Amino acid sequence: MSAASDSPRTLLLGIGNLLWADEGFGVRVVEHIARHYRFGPEVRLLDGGTQGIYLVDQVRWAELLVIFDAVDYGLAPGTLELVEGEAVPRFLGARKMSLHQTGFQEVLALAALLGDLPERMLLVGVQPAELEDFGGSLTPGVRAMIEPAVAAARDWLAPHGVAWTALAQPSEPGALADLPHGALELERYERERPSAEQACRSGDARVLERLRED
Amino acid sequence: MTVKTANGFSLDDSGRRVVVDPVTRIEGHMRCEVNLDDDNVIRNAVSTGTMWRGLEVILRGRDPRDAWAFTERICGVCTGTHALTSVRAVEDALGIAIPENANSIRNIMQLTLQVHDHLVHFYHLHALDWVDVVSALDADPRETSRLAQSISAWPLSSPGYFRDVQNRVKRFVESGQLGPFMNGYWGNPAYKLPPEANLLALTHYLEALDFQKEIVKIHTVYGGKNPHPNWLVGGVPCAINVDGTGAVGAVNMERLNLISSIIDRTIEFIDQVYVPDLIAIAGFYKDWTYGGGLSSQAVLSYGDIPEHANDDSAENQLLPRGAIINGRLDEIHDVDLRDPDEIQEFVDHAWFSYPDESRGLHPWDGITEPDFTLGPNTKGTRTRIEQIDERAKYSWIKAPRWRGHAMEVGPLARWTIGYAQGIAEFKEPIDKVLTDLGLPFEALFSTLGRTAARGLEASWAAHKLRHFQDKLMAAIAAGDTTTANVERWEPSTWPKRAKGVGTSEAPRGALGHWVVIGSGKIENYQAVVPTTWNGSPRDPAGNIGAFEAALLNTPVARADEPLEILRTLHSFDPCLACSTHVMGPGGEELTRVKVR
Repeated sequence: MSAASDSPRTLLLGIGNLLWADEGFGVRVVEHIARHYRFGPEVRLLDGGTQGIYLVDQVRWAELLVIFDAVDYGLAPGTLELVEGEAVPRFLGARKMSLHQTGFQEVLALAALLGDLPERMLLVGVQPAELEDFGGSLTPGVRAMIEPAVAAARDWLAPHGVAWTALAQPSEPGALADLPHGALELERYERERPSAEQACRSGDARVLERLRED
Repeated sequence: MTVKTANGFSLDDSGRRVVVDPVTRIEGHMRCEVNLDDDNVIRNAVSTGTMWRGLEVILRGRDPRDAWAFTERICGVCTGTHALTSVRAVEDALGIAIPENANSIRNIMQLTLQVHDHLVHFYHLHALDWVDVVSALDADPRETSRLAQSISAWPLSSPGYFRDVQNRVKRFVESGQLGPFMNGYWGNPAYKLPPEANLLALTHYLEALDFQKEIVKIHTVYGGKNPHPNWLVGGVPCAINVDGTGAVGAVNMERLNLISSIIDRTIEFIDQVYVPDLIAIAGFYKDWTYGGGLSSQAVLSYGDIPEHANDDSAENQLLPRGAIINGRLDEIHDVDLRDPDEIQEFVDHAWFSYPDESRGLHPWDGITEPDFTLGPNTKGTRTRIEQIDERAKYSWIKAPRWRGHAMEVGPLARWTIGYAQGIAEFKEPIDKVLTDLGLPFEALFSTLGRTAARGLEASWAAHKLRHFQDKLMAAIAAGDTTTANVERWEPSTWPKRAKGVGTSEAPRGALGHWVVIGSGKIENYQAVVPTTWNGSPRDPAGNIGAFEAALLNTPVARADEPLEILRTLHSFDPCLACSTHVMGPGGEELTRVKVR
């Protein structure tokens, strides 16, 4: 394991809530990576969900941090956009999209306050199309960005010597300890969803109408 | 015009209206409106959950053994508590008994959450309501050192240590990244700590941030991973093999020893840092006696931390179960979560519809039909409400009631019930704090009392961690390593139709999940969460909820800086993520405060 000691500590972090349609993008990217690749001990994959303060320590550990998230860039839905370095916090929490108790912007600020901000950061964000579909999954345009998001992270990490070992066969859903429980795995989550008649999927008219106004 | 509510509070909505939206440093989104009289005293309070919750409906038709995984995702804070409550509900429905070791491990998971949540709440969400960060930058570190050494034996207390922290925070603030200290009402006259106490609290803010990562390692070991630890209907999903080696698989002796060491350090941190800080800070706010609300009148706890597995009696719960109404501390009522006449939810003031809204529904018969309508006295538009009309529907939170009473839940409710029952481990710490501060018993029923009960409970929970870890180790030493009962894992062994209820005491209060299972699938699922109780809107009888009651009669120093409002709301540790559900990218980071 000591052979890896010259590689930087790298955290691949997906954040967001997979119960709210495109809000689940970050977690789904990490799920995809976990099923298709293996890494050395210097790389951590983390399904951060909507955790706040817990993630501070994970961020402090990392020298290189890649964050996957649904980000409101004000661009066309499904647009993948990369943001690097000091600009990253501005795009996380300027409009708070998740219920992160501590916006991720604040997680980064707390890491900085403790003197441990990662040396390099990359935000791989997708512009969501749909957040109001409660219990829903990724919309097709956002789902199509999972593989480009992975490719973008690989390209960015390549100069730093982070080795990705592709698996010949993707691992079975639910077989990986660090991932969402099997019932939440993308395909099963979609297959077992109650119908719209069974389960109300829309919500607050104020927000829905505000989005139409915008 | 003044009106008297059914639960004895006077409301007057004639004064200036102040709107706080969103309320910050909480989980989820909420809005609060108050009316101030000519002396800036709150005479009417309106609490609105501004998100719609849909947890119940997305579970319909799914496998009940998976429900915990969904409930765990609803919120970033009490993940494990929802999962625990969910597996308990399903086990109750299917008549599944769990092994004694599973009970011990579940208690350890739940107590870990209590300690972690209380610690993070105190330092990272609530302390800034009492501690002025800017003032801390002017403190004399020698004075802080003297203060620290006078209240605790905690070793990190030299003048040089506090000077280093002060310089670090100064550099951080000067670099323009205010981060967590953004949006504070620094310099507000409601802050009463001298600079040296502000620096002490700020220093421990940073230490607690560093230390909390240790506590959650317990979840990683027994839950297999963190965040989002694993749970299991029938027990816990961690096998125990004391002879095992290596980092993968069963819990071995090395990991059991790691947990033991974390528990020791947690007890030290809570008892030498958190509790002394709490008492020191409270000492400067003894005159701030506001915020009691319902706490002296009506409190509820379902009880939790069962000493033995599969025994639901009140006597078996280390956190007490019971209800107090009408301020009668000499009479603790039993609580039965299955009785259709006890817990009922009303929606005549909430954005849901029932066929008959004059009546409440027991959760097993619960209906979750959204109905967003506004009253005739609303100001603004449907999408941009300037002032809510609380005579009509005004919140995405339903109004739960116990035998018709609005109830407060949470640490203060639990500790009041324990105190009223005369249980020494609750009564003695409360009496000691009151004596040390020179305060009468009634002072307990206040914002500060709520905050103090949480701190005492963090200490209680840390010591109970030791108890259950020792109990688990003793069982393992005696050869019992069973952690799960899978006899009724297969749906073929289940009854065709079954109903169950699971409860727990989440850090912020009583949590219940009610499930109806039919032909192996979830037919109905209803969760009544702590903030539904505390943040509830009014009901058909006109009772106001705990948040609204607690805000009444509080003087506000500056109408456009709602520090006192935040202080009292934060003392409940509100968590609206699971009581309501966000539907979009609203909620700017900056709180809008409008004075009309």
